Amino acid sequence: MELLSGGEALIRALQDEGVEYIFGYPGGAALHIYDAIFQQQAVEHVLVRHEQAATHMADAYARVTGKPGVALVTSGPGATNAVTGLATAFMDSIPMVVISGQVQSDLIGTDSFQETDMVGISRPVVKHSFMVKSAEEMAEVVKKAFYIASSGRPGPVVIDVPKDTTDPGYRVPYAYPESVSLRSYNPATRGHPRQIRKAVDLLLAAKRPIIYSGGGVIQGNASEPLIALAKRLHLPVTNTLMGLGAYPSTDPQFLGMLGMHGSYPANMAMHHSDLILAVGARFDDRVTNDPSKFCPDAKVIHIDVDPASISKIIPAEVPIVGPALPVLTELLATLEDRLKEAPELVDEAARSAWWSQIEGWRSHHDFDHDQRHRNEAEAIIKPQTVVQALYRATGGDAYITSDVGQHQMFAAQYYRFDAPRRWVNSGGLGTMGYGLPAAMGVKLAFPDAVVACVTGEGSIQMNIQELSTCRQYGLPVKIINLNNQALGMVRQWQDMQYAGRHSGSVYQDSLPDFVALAESYGHVGMRVTDPAKLDETMAEVFSPALKDRLVFLDVAVDQNEHVYPMWVRGGSLRDMMLSKTERS
Amino acid sequence: MRRIISVLLENEAGALSRVVGLFAQRNYNIESLTVAPTEDATLSRLTLTTLGDDKKIEQITKQLNKLIEVVKVVDLTEGEHVERELMLVKLRAVGAQRAEIKRTADIFRGQIVDATESAYTVQLVGVSSKLDAFLRAVGELSILEVVRSGVSGLARGEKVVSV
Repeated sequence: MELLSGGEALIRALQDEGVEYIFGYPGGAALHIYDAIFQQQAVEHVLVRHEQAATHMADAYARVTGKPGVALVTSGPGATNAVTGLATAFMDSIPMVVISGQVQSDLIGTDSFQETDMVGISRPVVKHSFMVKSAEEMAEVVKKAFYIASSGRPGPVVIDVPKDTTDPGYRVPYAYPESVSLRSYNPATRGHPRQIRKAVDLLLAAKRPIIYSGGGVIQGNASEPLIALAKRLHLPVTNTLMGLGAYPSTDPQFLGMLGMHGSYPANMAMHHSDLILAVGARFDDRVTNDPSKFCPDAKVIHIDVDPASISKIIPAEVPIVGPALPVLTELLATLEDRLKEAPELVDEAARSAWWSQIEGWRSHHDFDHDQRHRNEAEAIIKPQTVVQALYRATGGDAYITSDVGQHQMFAAQYYRFDAPRRWVNSGGLGTMGYGLPAAMGVKLAFPDAVVACVTGEGSIQMNIQELSTCRQYGLPVKIINLNNQALGMVRQWQDMQYAGRHSGSVYQDSLPDFVALAESYGHVGMRVTDPAKLDETMAEVFSPALKDRLVFLDVAVDQNEHVYPMWVRGGSLRDMMLSKTERS
Repeated sequence: MRRIISVLLENEAGALSRVVGLFAQRNYNIESLTVAPTEDATLSRLTLTTLGDDKKIEQITKQLNKLIEVVKVVDLTEGEHVERELMLVKLRAVGAQRAEIKRTADIFRGQIVDATESAYTVQLVGVSSKLDAFLRAVGELSILEVVRSGVSGLARGEKVVSV
């Protein structure tokens, strides 16, 4: 058997896992590992400018490829800088492996230089963590980490590696385990057939059913059976922020996103439904509003791979524990069997009455998918129209990452995603600074794809140093900066709830010249202020001439614009503000 | 409602901190906690008592089950069970108090396991409420120090918690 040092074994194990990229930043405790990286070619290391960015790049790589992303940081501050990225991935159930250097074993606990208890500090925001005890167990720990990160409900796993376990002077036989089994970890691989039959009964009996699907359908690669089920029973579909793209947004059965900034028809249809088929969604507080007022007439079928998500907030009539793909596939097959025997079970009259009610909500208030007229009326660019222009310029076929705030909601509302894994954002944790590194991770995963980051002047400055990384590795992502010179979402809440007292949400003329900033990193900077020039500028950003260049487009947008609909706090899903003055 | 949750845990460094961390992180309450290795050296048995309604207890058991190192979780209070707690109490024992404490300890089937001229240490085993009752019976004034083990328990009958 081949003899490898612990550091070499770690990198070889990553090769054996099929890892393409390590996003990382070196430091003392990680140097043996970095030396092992240097002496091989199979895994490419991407040097970031801040460890947080490394974790977001790994996270976004995982979101679009479905394979775990890998980040490598050193001990102490390197490890603590990775914590935000771990929490981001944890909240959105993203498979990721973060390897942190640690001081040598005999120094642990002595407050030595760059020592921090990484396993302890990351514990609440990881699916699991390991501290490597010896070079001998390196390969097995890596195997377990990848298995845990990517199976069941996915999530981030930390491997903390004391420096002595990677010592180049100590070599051990290397063999990568073919499989791993953990007696205490056996995630469900299919749903219970009896529960699935009950779900079919409920679906057939329902008069006003709706599908509410989330990130679990995307993570679980279950779009296809979801669409087939919706089509078979002609069901309306709403997606969570994390679930956008799982059902094609341009399909007439799609009602839009639901929740705090969800569409009027989606929230109204949810509220009035008598059956909710929840798939890979977790009824979080941005979806339910006041849980005691949530969808008063609805029974719930809840499909989720994580039993703890079921009946946590809203009790489920029919809980089904299992991954979305096998459960939906089996549900469809069961449904077909039932309908073969008794096709009359579908209540066409009820379904058509339900749809006419939904069409009524749609015609009463829906997203205006061409708001250019508003720009012209006020001679200022409305942020929504920037997303619409982006949609037109990319033919709806780009990977869109976003940061957090108003621009994120506008992107979710106005860019219509027709395929899964195209919309990449920090939904659960709401991490500003996510967008740019996420776009970089996507671009490395799919170098030929068009990748745009919709951001704001607040969020982009939280990881703007990565423009340098983009330069080093030639990552021609497009940054669309909705610059309203304020922390827009904070300002909106202050307008609505604090009588317009803009505490800590304005910059007082301290913003940089983003065009010059982008240029100083060797990129292309552009700025547009005139609504009439928006479309042509956007077209230029995505023109073949600039295909291989990073373009930073700074767009001056209306500071006073709010995101609507916005629900009324403490109400039900149907209680929404539709504009600054209009209430549902 | 008070519940006794019994957990089989991989006997590994850091496993206990994940359990305790989970309770802190999710704002669950721990009344008492005992943990020690079992006859199988790779496993620890952890017993904890907590308060909560059915919905909360369901979440607690589900979240515990999600921890990778947790092998089994059982709510002992769901069925018939035996529970015991051990207590050592150091009591001021001078003059007439000495006979009184001895009598009270006998009533509660406690044993005096250490004695000096001015103090007795009484050992008592039973359900938690019995230990509470003993403390009330001897009175606050004579209590010098109390240490309790926390609750341990097993299901009655043939039922066992195993891998």
